[in-house]
Amino acid sequence: MTVNTLATAKRILTQLRHDHRTVALMVLMPSLLLVLLRYVFDSGQAFNRAAPALLGVFPFTIMFIVTSITTLRERLTATLERLMTMPIGRVEVLLGYALAFGLVAVVQVAVAATVALTWLGLEIAGSVWLLLVIAVLDALLGMALGLFASAFARTEFQAVQFMPAIVMPQVLLCGLFVPRDRMATVLNWISDALPLSYAVDALTRVTTSAEVDGTLVRNLVVIAGCALVALLLGAATLRRRTP
Amino acid sequence: MSTAVDVGGLRVVRGGREVVRDVTFEVPRGSVTGLLGPSGCGKTTLLRAVVGVQVVASGRVTVLGHPAGSPVLRDRIGYSTQSPSVYADLTVAENLRYFASILRAPRGDVDRVLEEVGLKGNADQLVTTLSGGEKGRASLAVALLGKPEVIVLDEPTVGLDPVLREDLWLLFHRLADAGAALLVSSHVMDEAARCDRLLLMREGAILADDTPDALRARTGAQDLEQAFLALVRR
Repeated sequence: MTVNTLATAKRILTQLRHDHRTVALMVLMPSLLLVLLRYVFDSGQAFNRAAPALLGVFPFTIMFIVTSITTLRERLTATLERLMTMPIGRVEVLLGYALAFGLVAVVQVAVAATVALTWLGLEIAGSVWLLLVIAVLDALLGMALGLFASAFARTEFQAVQFMPAIVMPQVLLCGLFVPRDRMATVLNWISDALPLSYAVDALTRVTTSAEVDGTLVRNLVVIAGCALVALLLGAATLRRRTP
Repeated sequence: MSTAVDVGGLRVVRGGREVVRDVTFEVPRGSVTGLLGPSGCGKTTLLRAVVGVQVVASGRVTVLGHPAGSPVLRDRIGYSTQSPSVYADLTVAENLRYFASILRAPRGDVDRVLEEVGLKGNADQLVTTLSGGEKGRASLAVALLGKPEVIVLDEPTVGLDPVLREDLWLLFHRLADAGAALLVSSHVMDEAARCDRLLLMREGAILADDTPDALRARTGAQDLEQAFLALVRR
Protein backbone atom coordinates (compact mmCIF):
# COMPACT_ATOMS: atom_id res chain seq x y z
CA MET A 1 0.00 0.00 0.00
CA THR A 2 1.66 3.21 -1.12
CA VAL A 3 1.45 6.70 0.38
CA ASN A 4 -0.34 7.87 -2.78
CA THR A 5 -3.00 5.16 -2.51
CA LEU A 6 -3.63 5.92 1.17
CA ALA A 7 -3.77 9.67 0.48
CA THR A 8 -6.24 9.08 -2.36
CA ALA A 9 -8.45 6.81 -0.25
CA LYS A 10 -8.43 9.38 2.55
CA ARG A 11 -9.33 12.12 0.08
CA ILE A 12 -12.30 10.13 -1.27
CA LEU A 13 -13.57 9.32 2.24
CA THR A 14 -13.24 13.01 3.16
CA GLN A 15 -15.32 13.92 0.09
CA LEU A 16 -17.96 11.44 1.25
CA ARG A 17 -17.85 12.82 4.80
CA HIS A 18 -18.94 16.21 3.48
CA ASP A 19 -21.93 14.57 1.79
CA HIS A 20 -24.08 13.22 4.65
CA ARG A 21 -26.99 12.28 2.46
CA THR A 22 -24.92 10.05 0.18
CA VAL A 23 -23.36 8.34 3.21
CA ALA A 24 -26.80 7.71 4.71
CA LEU A 25 -28.10 6.33 1.42
CA MET A 26 -25.08 4.06 0.93
CA VAL A 27 -25.11 2.67 4.45
CA LEU A 28 -28.86 2.28 4.94
CA MET A 29 -30.36 1.60 1.52
CA PRO A 30 -29.52 -2.14 1.25
CA SER A 31 -30.90 -2.71 4.76
CA LEU A 32 -34.12 -0.84 4.01
CA LEU A 33 -34.58 -2.78 0.78
CA LEU A 34 -34.12 -6.05 2.68
CA VAL A 35 -36.74 -4.97 5.24
CA LEU A 36 -39.10 -4.14 2.40
CA LEU A 37 -38.42 -7.51 0.78
CA ARG A 38 -39.09 -9.36 4.04
CA TYR A 39 -42.57 -7.85 4.29
CA VAL A 40 -43.28 -8.21 0.57
CA PHE A 41 -42.66 -11.94 0.88
CA ASP A 42 -44.44 -12.06 4.24
CA SER A 43 -42.87 -15.49 4.74
CA GLY A 44 -39.66 -16.29 6.58
CA GLN A 45 -38.97 -19.22 4.28
CA ALA A 46 -39.22 -17.30 1.01
CA PHE A 47 -37.12 -14.47 2.50
CA ASN A 48 -34.49 -16.96 3.57
CA ARG A 49 -34.16 -18.15 -0.02
CA ALA A 50 -33.79 -14.72 -1.64
CA ALA A 51 -32.09 -12.60 1.03
CA PRO A 52 -28.54 -14.02 0.87
CA ALA A 53 -28.34 -13.38 -2.87
CA LEU A 54 -29.61 -9.85 -2.38
CA LEU A 55 -26.99 -9.22 0.31
CA GLY A 56 -24.58 -9.47 -2.61
CA VAL A 57 -26.68 -7.87 -5.34
CA PHE A 58 -27.54 -4.63 -3.51
CA PRO A 59 -23.96 -3.59 -2.63
CA PHE A 60 -22.84 -4.68 -6.12
CA THR A 61 -25.40 -2.38 -7.75
CA ILE A 62 -24.94 0.60 -5.44
CA MET A 63 -21.15 0.49 -5.67
CA PHE A 64 -21.35 0.28 -9.46
CA ILE A 65 -23.42 3.46 -9.69
CA VAL A 66 -21.50 5.45 -7.08
CA THR A 67 -18.10 4.58 -8.55
CA SER A 68 -18.98 5.14 -12.18
CA ILE A 69 -20.36 8.61 -11.38
CA THR A 70 -17.46 9.58 -9.08
CA THR A 71 -14.76 8.59 -11.55
CA LEU A 72 -16.59 10.15 -14.47
CA ARG A 73 -16.80 13.38 -12.49
CA GLU A 74 -13.06 13.19 -11.86
CA ARG A 75 -12.43 12.77 -15.59
CA LEU A 76 -14.75 15.65 -16.51
CA THR A 77 -13.52 18.23 -13.95
CA ALA A 78 -9.86 17.98 -15.05
CA THR A 79 -8.73 16.89 -11.58
CA LEU A 80 -7.68 13.64 -13.23
CA GLU A 81 -5.72 15.56 -15.87
CA ARG A 82 -3.95 17.41 -13.06
CA LEU A 83 -3.21 14.16 -11.19
CA MET A 84 -1.77 12.70 -14.40
CA THR A 85 0.89 15.46 -14.41
CA MET A 86 1.86 14.53 -10.84
CA PRO A 87 4.00 11.72 -9.41
CA ILE A 88 1.14 9.24 -8.90
CA GLY A 89 0.59 5.99 -10.80
CA ARG A 90 -2.69 5.14 -12.48
CA VAL A 91 -2.98 1.92 -10.51
CA GLU A 92 -2.31 3.88 -7.30
CA VAL A 93 -5.30 6.12 -8.08
CA LEU A 94 -7.56 3.13 -8.71
CA LEU A 95 -6.38 1.26 -5.62
CA GLY A 96 -7.16 4.41 -3.63
CA TYR A 97 -10.71 4.20 -4.96
CA ALA A 98 -10.86 0.47 -4.23
CA LEU A 99 -9.66 0.98 -0.65
CA ALA A 100 -12.08 3.84 0.10
CA PHE A 101 -15.14 2.25 -1.44
CA GLY A 102 -14.11 -1.16 -0.08
CA LEU A 103 -14.27 0.29 3.45
CA VAL A 104 -17.68 1.80 2.71
CA ALA A 105 -18.79 -1.59 1.37
CA VAL A 106 -17.70 -3.31 4.61
CA VAL A 107 -19.88 -0.92 6.64
CA GLN A 108 -22.77 -1.23 4.20
CA VAL A 109 -22.70 -5.03 4.16
CA ALA A 110 -22.16 -5.30 7.92
CA VAL A 111 -25.24 -3.16 8.61
CA ALA A 112 -27.37 -5.03 6.06
CA ALA A 113 -26.26 -8.46 7.34
CA THR A 114 -26.87 -7.47 10.97
CA VAL A 115 -30.39 -6.29 10.14
CA ALA A 116 -31.10 -9.45 8.12
CA LEU A 117 -29.68 -11.87 10.70
CA THR A 118 -31.32 -10.30 13.76
CA TRP A 119 -34.49 -8.35 13.04
CA LEU A 120 -35.49 -10.12 9.82
CA GLY A 121 -34.65 -13.61 11.11
CA LEU A 122 -32.37 -14.72 8.29
CA GLU A 123 -30.86 -18.10 9.14
CA ILE A 124 -27.59 -19.24 7.67
CA ALA A 125 -25.91 -22.62 8.08
CA GLY A 126 -22.38 -21.48 7.19
CA SER A 127 -20.09 -18.83 8.64
CA VAL A 128 -21.34 -15.27 9.02
CA TRP A 129 -17.81 -14.04 8.33
CA LEU A 130 -17.70 -15.88 5.03
CA LEU A 131 -21.05 -14.31 4.12
CA LEU A 132 -19.56 -10.88 4.83
CA VAL A 133 -16.42 -11.62 2.83
CA ILE A 134 -18.43 -12.68 -0.22
CA ALA A 135 -20.73 -9.66 0.00
CA VAL A 136 -17.75 -7.28 0.27
CA LEU A 137 -16.12 -8.97 -2.73
CA ASP A 138 -19.38 -8.37 -4.63
CA ALA A 139 -19.27 -4.70 -3.69
CA LEU A 140 -15.65 -4.49 -4.90
CA LEU A 141 -16.63 -6.22 -8.13
CA GLY A 142 -19.40 -3.65 -8.67
CA MET A 143 -16.90 -0.89 -7.91
CA ALA A 144 -14.30 -2.24 -10.36
CA LEU A 145 -16.91 -2.63 -13.13
CA GLY A 146 -18.14 0.90 -12.42
CA LEU A 147 -14.61 2.27 -12.80
CA PHE A 148 -14.23 0.46 -16.09
CA ALA A 149 -17.66 1.49 -17.40
CA SER A 150 -17.05 5.16 -16.58
CA ALA A 151 -14.38 5.20 -19.28
CA PHE A 152 -17.07 4.69 -21.92
CA ALA A 153 -19.43 7.39 -20.68
CA ARG A 154 -19.09 10.98 -21.90
CA THR A 155 -21.82 12.37 -19.65
CA GLU A 156 -23.35 11.51 -16.29
CA PHE A 157 -26.58 10.60 -18.10
CA GLN A 158 -24.74 7.90 -20.02
CA ALA A 159 -23.00 6.67 -16.87
CA VAL A 160 -26.31 6.17 -15.11
CA GLN A 161 -27.66 4.23 -18.11
CA PHE A 162 -24.81 1.75 -17.80
CA MET A 163 -26.45 0.48 -14.63
CA PRO A 164 -29.39 -1.18 -16.43
CA ALA A 165 -27.05 -2.17 -19.28
CA ILE A 166 -24.34 -3.88 -17.24
CA VAL A 167 -25.91 -4.67 -13.88
CA MET A 168 -29.48 -5.72 -14.69
CA PRO A 169 -28.67 -8.59 -17.12
CA GLN A 170 -26.39 -10.04 -14.45
CA VAL A 171 -29.12 -9.74 -11.82
CA LEU A 172 -31.67 -11.41 -14.10
CA LEU A 173 -29.32 -14.26 -15.03
CA CYS A 174 -27.61 -14.85 -11.66
CA GLY A 175 -30.12 -17.42 -10.44
CA LEU A 176 -32.05 -15.10 -8.17
CA PHE A 177 -35.31 -15.27 -10.13
CA VAL A 178 -34.97 -18.67 -11.81
CA PRO A 179 -32.39 -21.31 -10.79
CA ARG A 180 -29.61 -21.26 -13.35
CA ASP A 181 -29.89 -24.95 -14.24
CA ARG A 182 -33.53 -24.45 -15.24
CA MET A 183 -32.69 -21.72 -17.79
CA ALA A 184 -32.51 -22.36 -21.55
CA THR A 185 -29.06 -23.68 -22.52
CA VAL A 186 -27.90 -20.45 -24.17
CA LEU A 187 -28.97 -18.34 -21.18
CA ASN A 188 -27.22 -20.81 -18.88
CA TRP A 189 -24.02 -20.33 -20.89
CA ILE A 190 -24.29 -16.57 -20.69
CA SER A 191 -25.00 -16.87 -16.99
CA ASP A 192 -21.82 -18.97 -16.65
CA ALA A 193 -19.82 -16.11 -18.13
CA LEU A 194 -21.16 -13.43 -15.78
CA PRO A 195 -19.35 -12.87 -12.48
CA LEU A 196 -22.46 -12.09 -10.41
CA SER A 197 -23.68 -15.70 -10.98
CA TYR A 198 -20.69 -16.98 -8.99
CA ALA A 199 -21.34 -14.47 -6.24
CA VAL A 200 -24.96 -15.47 -5.82
CA ASP A 201 -24.03 -19.15 -5.98
CA ALA A 202 -21.45 -18.63 -3.22
CA LEU A 203 -23.90 -16.73 -1.03
CA THR A 204 -26.54 -19.43 -1.45
CA ARG A 205 -24.02 -22.15 -0.52
CA VAL A 206 -22.99 -20.34 2.66
CA THR A 207 -26.64 -20.09 3.65
CA THR A 208 -27.52 -23.71 3.09
CA SER A 209 -24.39 -25.54 4.21
CA ALA A 210 -21.62 -25.12 6.76
CA GLU A 211 -19.17 -26.93 4.50
CA VAL A 212 -16.50 -24.97 2.61
CA ASP A 213 -16.10 -27.08 -0.53
CA GLY A 214 -14.12 -26.72 -3.74
CA THR A 215 -16.97 -25.07 -5.62
CA LEU A 216 -17.26 -22.34 -3.00
CA VAL A 217 -13.54 -21.65 -3.15
CA ARG A 218 -13.68 -21.59 -6.95
CA ASN A 219 -16.55 -19.10 -6.80
CA LEU A 220 -14.58 -16.81 -4.51
CA VAL A 221 -11.56 -16.98 -6.80
CA VAL A 222 -13.73 -16.17 -9.83
CA ILE A 223 -15.29 -13.11 -8.14
CA ALA A 224 -11.95 -11.78 -6.89
CA GLY A 225 -10.33 -12.49 -10.27
CA CYS A 226 -13.07 -10.64 -12.17
CA ALA A 227 -12.78 -7.65 -9.81
CA LEU A 228 -9.02 -7.56 -10.35
CA VAL A 229 -9.33 -7.83 -14.15
CA ALA A 230 -11.96 -5.06 -14.22
CA LEU A 231 -9.67 -2.89 -12.07
CA LEU A 232 -6.72 -3.44 -14.42
CA LEU A 233 -8.91 -2.75 -17.45
CA GLY A 234 -10.02 0.42 -15.66
CA ALA A 235 -6.37 1.40 -15.17
CA ALA A 236 -5.79 0.86 -18.89
CA THR A 237 -8.57 3.32 -19.68
CA LEU A 238 -6.95 6.06 -17.57
CA ARG A 239 -4.60 7.76 -20.00
CA ARG A 240 -1.84 10.17 -19.12
CA ARG A 241 -2.02 11.61 -22.62
CA THR A 242 -5.36 12.29 -24.26
CA PRO A 243 -6.16 13.49 -27.79
CA MET B 1 19.75 32.54 -19.00
CA SER B 2 19.10 28.84 -19.54
CA THR B 3 16.13 27.32 -21.32
CA ALA B 4 13.44 25.55 -19.30
CA VAL B 5 11.02 24.62 -22.07
CA ASP B 6 12.13 23.95 -25.62
CA VAL B 7 9.48 23.33 -28.27
CA GLY B 8 10.36 22.66 -31.90
CA GLY B 9 8.21 21.94 -34.95
CA LEU B 10 5.27 20.93 -32.77
CA ARG B 11 2.10 19.82 -34.52
CA VAL B 12 -1.09 18.70 -32.78
CA VAL B 13 -4.12 17.32 -34.58
CA ARG B 14 -7.48 17.18 -32.80
CA GLY B 15 -10.64 15.87 -34.41
CA GLY B 16 -8.96 15.81 -37.85
CA ARG B 17 -8.03 19.51 -37.58
CA GLU B 18 -4.48 20.79 -37.11
CA VAL B 19 -4.84 22.96 -34.00
CA VAL B 20 -1.12 23.56 -33.38
CA ARG B 21 0.87 24.20 -36.58
CA ASP B 22 4.62 23.82 -36.62
CA VAL B 23 5.19 25.77 -33.41
CA THR B 24 8.72 26.54 -32.22
CA PHE B 25 9.63 28.56 -29.12
CA GLU B 26 11.61 28.56 -25.90
CA VAL B 27 10.72 29.52 -22.35
CA PRO B 28 13.73 30.78 -20.37
CA ARG B 29 14.18 30.21 -16.64
CA GLY B 30 13.68 33.12 -14.28
CA SER B 31 11.09 34.92 -16.38
CA VAL B 32 7.39 35.16 -17.13
CA THR B 33 6.47 34.22 -20.69
CA GLY B 34 2.97 35.16 -21.79
CA LEU B 35 1.05 33.08 -24.32
CA LEU B 36 -1.52 35.42 -25.79
CA GLY B 37 -4.14 34.98 -28.41
CA PRO B 38 -7.87 34.85 -28.98
CA SER B 39 -10.04 32.12 -27.51
CA GLY B 40 -9.79 28.90 -29.54
CA CYS B 41 -6.39 29.65 -31.09
CA GLY B 42 -4.73 26.57 -29.56
CA LYS B 43 -3.26 28.00 -26.34
CA THR B 44 -4.67 25.29 -24.06
CA THR B 45 -3.58 22.50 -26.42
CA LEU B 46 -0.07 23.95 -26.54
CA LEU B 47 0.12 24.15 -22.72
CA ARG B 48 -1.20 20.58 -22.42
CA ALA B 49 1.62 19.47 -24.73
CA VAL B 50 4.17 21.21 -22.49
CA VAL B 51 2.92 19.44 -19.34
CA GLY B 52 2.79 16.15 -21.26
CA VAL B 53 -0.91 15.25 -21.24
CA GLN B 54 -1.56 15.99 -24.92
CA VAL B 55 -1.13 13.44 -27.69
CA VAL B 56 1.03 15.22 -30.28
CA ALA B 57 1.31 14.47 -34.00
CA SER B 58 4.97 15.41 -34.38
CA GLY B 59 7.67 17.72 -33.11
CA ARG B 60 9.81 18.13 -30.01
CA VAL B 61 8.73 19.24 -26.53
CA THR B 62 11.60 19.22 -24.02
CA VAL B 63 11.15 20.38 -20.43
CA LEU B 64 14.20 20.78 -18.16
CA GLY B 65 16.13 18.62 -20.59
CA HIS B 66 13.64 15.74 -20.60
CA PRO B 67 10.84 14.89 -23.05
CA ALA B 68 7.55 16.43 -21.80
CA GLY B 69 5.59 14.01 -19.64
CA SER B 70 8.66 12.11 -18.40
CA PRO B 71 8.18 10.65 -14.90
CA VAL B 72 11.17 12.64 -13.58
CA LEU B 73 9.32 15.88 -14.39
CA ARG B 74 6.20 15.10 -12.41
CA ASP B 75 7.25 16.87 -9.21
CA ARG B 76 9.10 19.66 -11.02
CA ILE B 77 6.17 21.12 -12.98
CA GLY B 78 3.21 23.04 -11.58
CA TYR B 79 0.13 23.09 -13.81
CA SER B 80 -3.23 24.75 -13.47
CA THR B 81 -5.94 24.02 -16.03
CA GLN B 82 -8.31 26.63 -17.39
CA SER B 83 -11.36 25.32 -15.52
CA PRO B 84 -10.58 24.97 -11.81
CA SER B 85 -9.19 21.47 -11.25
CA VAL B 86 -9.89 21.05 -7.57
CA TYR B 87 -12.45 18.86 -5.81
CA ALA B 88 -15.65 20.86 -5.30
CA ASP B 89 -16.74 18.73 -2.33
CA LEU B 90 -13.57 19.29 -0.31
CA THR B 91 -12.42 22.40 1.54
CA VAL B 92 -9.60 24.45 0.04
CA ALA B 93 -7.16 23.18 2.69
CA GLU B 94 -8.22 19.53 2.21
CA ASN B 95 -7.60 19.88 -1.53
CA LEU B 96 -4.16 21.34 -0.94
CA ARG B 97 -3.23 18.72 1.66
CA TYR B 98 -4.15 15.93 -0.77
CA PHE B 99 -2.10 17.30 -3.67
CA ALA B 100 0.75 18.20 -1.29
CA SER B 101 0.95 14.58 -0.11
CA ILE B 102 1.08 13.35 -3.73
CA LEU B 103 3.89 15.83 -4.46
CA ARG B 104 5.65 15.05 -1.14
CA ALA B 105 5.63 18.80 -0.50
CA PRO B 106 6.70 19.95 2.97
CA ARG B 107 4.01 20.46 5.65
CA GLY B 108 4.20 24.25 5.72
CA ASP B 109 3.51 24.46 1.98
CA VAL B 110 -0.27 24.48 2.33
CA ASP B 111 -0.19 27.64 4.45
CA ARG B 112 2.40 29.23 2.17
CA VAL B 113 0.37 28.82 -1.03
CA LEU B 114 -2.87 29.86 0.70
CA GLU B 115 -1.10 33.08 1.67
CA GLU B 116 0.31 33.54 -1.84
CA VAL B 117 -3.05 33.35 -3.60
CA GLY B 118 -4.86 35.28 -0.87
CA LEU B 119 -7.16 32.47 0.29
CA LYS B 120 -5.98 32.28 3.91
CA GLY B 121 -9.43 33.24 5.16
CA ASN B 122 -11.14 30.61 2.98
CA ALA B 123 -9.00 27.63 3.96
CA ASP B 124 -11.82 25.73 5.65
CA GLN B 125 -14.48 26.63 3.13
CA LEU B 126 -15.85 24.01 0.73
CA VAL B 127 -14.70 24.78 -2.83
CA THR B 128 -18.29 24.56 -4.08
CA THR B 129 -19.20 27.59 -1.93
CA LEU B 130 -16.38 29.77 -3.33
CA SER B 131 -16.87 32.39 -6.03
CA GLY B 132 -15.57 31.73 -9.54
CA GLY B 133 -12.44 33.81 -8.99
CA GLU B 134 -11.74 32.11 -5.64
CA LYS B 135 -12.09 28.67 -7.24
CA GLY B 136 -9.56 29.70 -9.86
CA ARG B 137 -7.13 30.83 -7.17
CA ALA B 138 -7.63 27.58 -5.22
CA SER B 139 -6.69 25.72 -8.40
CA LEU B 140 -3.72 28.03 -8.93
CA ALA B 141 -2.55 27.35 -5.36
CA VAL B 142 -2.18 23.64 -6.16
CA ALA B 143 0.21 24.51 -9.02
CA LEU B 144 2.46 26.36 -6.55
CA LEU B 145 2.86 23.42 -4.12
CA GLY B 146 6.33 21.98 -3.79
CA LYS B 147 9.04 23.96 -5.52
CA PRO B 148 8.09 23.70 -9.19
CA GLU B 149 10.83 24.82 -11.59
CA VAL B 150 8.37 25.21 -14.44
CA ILE B 151 4.92 26.68 -13.76
CA VAL B 152 2.30 26.41 -16.52
CA LEU B 153 -0.88 28.42 -15.91
CA ASP B 154 -3.85 28.41 -18.27
CA GLU B 155 -5.72 31.73 -17.94
CA PRO B 156 -5.07 32.12 -14.21
CA THR B 157 -6.42 35.66 -13.92
CA VAL B 158 -9.81 35.24 -15.61
CA GLY B 159 -12.66 36.76 -13.62
CA LEU B 160 -10.49 38.47 -11.02
CA ASP B 161 -10.84 42.07 -9.89
CA PRO B 162 -7.97 44.43 -10.84
CA VAL B 163 -6.44 44.43 -7.35
CA LEU B 164 -6.22 40.64 -7.19
CA ARG B 165 -4.93 40.51 -10.74
CA GLU B 166 -2.17 42.94 -9.80
CA ASP B 167 -1.30 40.81 -6.74
CA LEU B 168 -1.08 37.66 -8.83
CA TRP B 169 1.15 39.23 -11.46
CA LEU B 170 3.48 40.45 -8.68
CA LEU B 171 3.47 36.88 -7.34
CA PHE B 172 4.33 35.49 -10.79
CA HIS B 173 7.31 37.82 -11.02
CA ARG B 174 8.46 36.93 -7.49
CA LEU B 175 8.39 33.24 -8.49
CA ALA B 176 10.35 34.06 -11.65
CA ASP B 177 12.89 36.09 -9.66
CA ALA B 178 13.36 33.00 -7.48
CA GLY B 179 14.38 31.11 -10.64
CA ALA B 180 11.18 29.48 -11.92
CA ALA B 181 10.10 29.54 -15.56
CA LEU B 182 6.49 30.65 -15.93
CA LEU B 183 4.35 30.12 -18.99
CA VAL B 184 1.06 31.96 -18.54
CA SER B 185 -1.76 32.11 -21.08
CA SER B 186 -4.32 34.86 -21.43
CA HIS B 187 -6.75 36.11 -24.03
CA VAL B 188 -6.70 39.62 -22.56
CA MET B 189 -4.16 41.78 -24.35
CA ASP B 190 -3.74 44.27 -21.48
CA GLU B 191 -2.02 41.49 -19.52
CA ALA B 192 0.62 41.18 -22.22
CA ALA B 193 2.57 44.21 -20.98
CA ARG B 194 3.16 42.47 -17.66
CA CYS B 195 5.15 39.63 -19.24
CA ASP B 196 8.93 39.52 -19.77
CA ARG B 197 8.43 37.78 -23.09
CA LEU B 198 5.42 37.32 -25.32
CA LEU B 199 4.25 34.58 -27.62
CA LEU B 200 1.41 35.81 -29.80
CA MET B 201 -0.67 32.97 -31.14
CA ARG B 202 -3.35 32.87 -33.79
CA GLU B 203 -5.04 29.92 -35.51
CA GLY B 204 -2.53 27.43 -34.15
CA ALA B 205 0.60 29.31 -35.20
CA ILE B 206 2.97 31.64 -33.31
CA LEU B 207 2.84 35.10 -34.89
CA ALA B 208 5.52 36.68 -32.74
CA ASP B 209 8.02 35.67 -30.06
CA ASP B 210 9.59 38.77 -28.51
CA THR B 211 9.66 41.18 -25.57
CA PRO B 212 6.71 43.62 -25.28
CA ASP B 213 8.99 46.62 -25.99
CA ALA B 214 10.53 45.02 -29.06
CA LEU B 215 7.07 44.17 -30.37
CA ARG B 216 5.87 47.74 -30.00
CA ALA B 217 9.04 49.05 -31.68
CA ARG B 218 8.83 46.53 -34.51
CA THR B 219 5.20 47.28 -35.36
CA GLY B 220 5.29 50.98 -34.51
CA ALA B 221 2.15 50.47 -32.44
CA GLN B 222 1.35 52.30 -29.19
CA ASP B 223 -0.18 49.37 -27.37
CA LEU B 224 0.11 45.62 -27.74
CA GLU B 225 -3.44 45.20 -29.01
CA GLN B 226 -2.49 47.38 -31.99
CA ALA B 227 0.79 45.51 -32.36
CA PHE B 228 -1.14 42.23 -32.53
CA LEU B 229 -3.45 43.62 -35.21
CA ALA B 230 -0.49 44.93 -37.20
CA LEU B 231 1.09 41.47 -37.14
CA VAL B 232 -2.14 39.79 -38.23
CA ARG B 233 -2.55 42.18 -41.18
CA ARG B 234 1.02 41.81 -42.32
